[in-house]
Amino acid sequence: MIGESRGGGRGGPKGASKGKEEKGGRRGGGFFRRRRVCKFCVEKIDHVSYKDVKLLTPFIPERGKIQPRRISGTCAKHQRALQTAIKRARTLALIPYVTD
Amino acid sequence: MSIHRQYELVYIAVPDSTEEQLAELHQQVATVVDRFGGTIERTEPWGRRRLAYEINRQREGVYVLAILNGPPEMTSELDRRLRVLDNVMRHLVIRVDEVLEKDSRMQARRKAATVARRLRRGLPAEPTEQELSRRQSESDDSDGNDGYGEGDR
Repeated sequence: MIGESRGGGRGGPKGASKGKEEKGGRRGGGFFRRRRVCKFCVEKIDHVSYKDVKLLTPFIPERGKIQPRRISGTCAKHQRALQTAIKRARTLALIPYVTD
Repeated sequence: MSIHRQYELVYIAVPDSTEEQLAELHQQVATVVDRFGGTIERTEPWGRRRLAYEINRQREGVYVLAILNGPPEMTSELDRRLRVLDNVMRHLVIRVDEVLEKDSRMQARRKAATVARRLRRGLPAEPTEQELSRRQSESDDSDGNDGYGEGDR
């Protein structure tokens, strides 16, 4: 009886509504919960421009590297666009290559 | 008639360049564009900006953006010319017409989808004033905790 109710409670609403959002949290033992959504999809930004430094900086942590998808949650399509945008911005000295 | 495409050109002039020098630089770009039968759609001087890293012992630079129309051969010539100039620290030529086209197509499709969805729900095709103001206040609320900070374009 206990087993039945538990199983039902688990598989139902949680799995359906929040499955993707809590993926990041599981690894850290439910420590930090991340909303894994692509910022560009949400804001309906089709074209990621290298000129928009303000848009790019959240994806460049202190070291100056490009933040991986697994952390930022950006979708593959936009990560590719972001990558070229950041690289272009780097050649124009809008964004650093490395910072230490 | 050869193919014409749209390009974006950004160059960084040395920080101690005068107005005349910048004008001359612009003139040089214009001559190259002219020779290939292209046009300069507009120029956008960004002015002095701090560089993210030092280039030739300089910490600042004067950025200039130009939108150009012209044949593909024009870019290689621009590239060659700009590389030779001593008062240009960096430059970048990028083709933009394809991307812009794709962009507007995507936006048009999205808009059409929105309209279709609204009509299916029995709403007017365009959002009403009331809806717009409500959406505004909602987005203000959610802005603070999306974890990315400001993302205005």
